[in-house]
Amino acid sequence: MTLLHLAGVTRTVELVDGPPLTILSGVDLDVEVGDRVSVVGRSGSGKSTLLNLLGLLDNPTSGDLEFDGRPVRSFSSAERDRVRGRDVGFIFQQFNLLQGRTALENVMTPLLYASGKQFWQRARIATEMLERVGLGHRLGAMPDKLSGGEQQRVAIARSLVRGPRLILADEPTGALDLETGADVMALLDEVATGSGAALITITHDPAIAALASRHLRLDHGVLTVVGETVVPDELEAVPA
Amino acid sequence: MNRLLSNVVGSFVEAWQELRIHKTRVMLSLIGVAVAVCAITTVVGLGAVAQQSIVEQNERYGGRAATLSLYVSKNDGSAVDDTVMQDVWTTELERYGVEYASRVLYSSQTVQFTDGAVPVQVIGVDQPYGTMHRVTLSQGTWFTADDVDRLAPAVLVNQIFYDRIGQPDLATHPTTTLLGATPTTAVITGVYPVSTWDTEPAMYLLMDSLSALVPADQLAAGGNVPNYELWVPPAISEELIPALQRDLEGALGEGTMVSVNRQDYAASNEDPFASIKLLVAGVAGLVLLLGALGLVNIALVTLKQRIREIGVRRSFGATAGRVFFSVMMESIVATVVAGVVGVIGAVLIVTNPMVQDFIGQGMVTDFPPFPVEAALLGLACAVGVGALAGLLPALVAVRVKVIDAIRY
Repeated sequence: MTLLHLAGVTRTVELVDGPPLTILSGVDLDVEVGDRVSVVGRSGSGKSTLLNLLGLLDNPTSGDLEFDGRPVRSFSSAERDRVRGRDVGFIFQQFNLLQGRTALENVMTPLLYASGKQFWQRARIATEMLERVGLGHRLGAMPDKLSGGEQQRVAIARSLVRGPRLILADEPTGALDLETGADVMALLDEVATGSGAALITITHDPAIAALASRHLRLDHGVLTVVGETVVPDELEAVPA
Repeated sequence: MNRLLSNVVGSFVEAWQELRIHKTRVMLSLIGVAVAVCAITTVVGLGAVAQQSIVEQNERYGGRAATLSLYVSKNDGSAVDDTVMQDVWTTELERYGVEYASRVLYSSQTVQFTDGAVPVQVIGVDQPYGTMHRVTLSQGTWFTADDVDRLAPAVLVNQIFYDRIGQPDLATHPTTTLLGATPTTAVITGVYPVSTWDTEPAMYLLMDSLSALVPADQLAAGGNVPNYELWVPPAISEELIPALQRDLEGALGEGTMVSVNRQDYAASNEDPFASIKLLVAGVAGLVLLLGALGLVNIALVTLKQRIREIGVRRSFGATAGRVFFSVMMESIVATVVAGVVGVIGAVLIVTNPMVQDFIGQGMVTDFPPFPVEAALLGLACAVGVGALAGLLPALVAVRVKVIDAIRY
C-alpha cells in the first residue's frame, strides 16, 4: 500500500536579489507501508526540504505529492496538521526535547493533540512507550539529566507514541557517538518494525544508511536510486 | 465533541504545564497584574464605602430619599395656629399612610454649665426623626415613644456638651438644667458624635417637650417656626408634593401659603456620585493598563525563547488554532490566578476595620458588605487583561513558520 507518492516534485524559493532558487527538481518517489528508506546527500542538497515535504510541513512548488492516496494540496491547513500529528513521527538530530518537562511529559506531548482514548490515557500510553525503549526507570528525568542516547530514545518514544505510519528521522545519530548511534538505530528499526511504520532516514552516515532496504541519494536537488540492497562501502560517505 | 473536549482540556494542560515550568517568570510578571486587580477591586470596594459615607452624611442633614419638607406661613406674616396645624398635619399623615414624619424646630435654650449659663442650640424633633435622619448615638439610645410622657424631659446631647459636663456615666441618669422662664431639669439619655467642624454644644429635645418648655406663640414670636418632614417612598414623592400642598392650603384656609419640597440628596436628577465614579474608573483603568502593558512586554520576550518549542509542537500535530488557543490560555489562566489573589487581597483591605474607619471617617453606620460586583469586576479585568496580553503573543506564535522554528 502506497503511503507517499511524489511525482515530478519541485521546490523553488523566490530570492529577493536574483532568480528563483531550485532546491528540489523532478523528484519521483513512492514509499510503501513498512518501507525502510535512506536518503544521503551533501549539505545543501535539499535533504531537509525533502523531509519537510514528506512530513507535510511544506508544499511543493510543482508536481504531485499524495499522502495515503490523497493529494496533499487538497488538505486544509488544520487537516494537514492533524494528519501529520496522527500519521507522521519526527525524529530530529538535536532531539528537540521540550526543556523543563520530564521524559514522560515529553512523550505525552503528541498525545495532547490526539483525541479519545489516546488523549485520556496519555500517561499510561507514554509510560508503556518509554518502557518499550528501555527508559521505564527514567520517567521523571529531565532532558538535561539524560545522556545523548537516552535523549534520542525519549525522542524516538515521542515520535512513535501515536503509532504513526511514517517515521521521518533527520540525522537521528548525528549527535551521538558511533556505538550509541548504532544502538539507537537498532532500537528505531525494531520499534518501527513492530508498529509496521515506514521509516525514512536522512543521514550522512553510510553505515546508518546501509541499514535501510532502499537507498536514495540527493544531489543538487535531484533524487536518484542507489540500490535496493547495498553494503556500507558501496555508499559513498558524504561530508556533512 | 470528543475532539473539542480533548482540545480544550489539552490546552488547559499545556497552559498549566507552561506556567508550572516557568513559575518564577510567571510569578514575577503576574505581580503587576495581581497588584492592578487588587487596586481596581479595592478602589471599587472602597468607593462603595465612601459612597455609603457620603450617602449617610447627606441623609443626616437632608434625610433619607425621599424626604419632603413642608413649610407653612401666612401671607400676612402672622403665625399659623399651632393646634389647627397639628390637627391638619395628623390628618394628612393618616390619609397618605405616612409612618415616618417629624416636626423640626431649631431653637435655643440656655443651659447651666458649671462655668456659667450658655445658650445652646436645641433641635426639637419627633421620635421618627432619628430613623429619618439616620442619627447615630455614641452612647445611650434615641428617643422612644414613652419619652413624651416623662416628667423630666429626655435630652440627647452632642459630644461637646457631654465633655463640658464631665462625661458622666449615662447609667447614673445624669441631668442638666435648662434655664428660661421655667427652669427645667432634663435627663441626658444619649450622646451623639460631632463632626470635626462642630465646636459648640447642642442637643435634641422631643418637640412636645420643647413646646412644654417654650410656648408655641413665644417661639413663633422669635421667628422659630417648625418645619414638617415626611419620609416617603421616592416613587410616590413627586405625586405627593402637589397633593399635600393642595390639601393643606385647603384645610388651613385662604391666606395660607404651603411650600412642599424634596430636600434629600437624591432629589437632583443627576447622579450625585457621577464624579466619584468617573474618578474611580479613571484611576482603576490606568492601573490596569500599566499591569497589562507589563504583561504583554514579558509575554513577547518569553515567546521569542519558545519558538523552537512551538515548532516542535506543530510538528506533532498542533494546529495553528490550537497554538493560538494554548498561548492565549497560558495568559488567561495566569491572570485569572493573579486576579483571584488580587481580589482576595482587596477583600482583606476593604473589610479591614481600620481602613473602613479611615474611609468612613466615623460617619458610616451601615458599612456595606464587600461589593460582589467589585470582585466580579476584578476577575473580569483579570480575564480581559489576560486575553489582551495573550492576543499579541498568540498571533506571533501562529505566524511562526514551523520549518524555521524547528531549527531555531
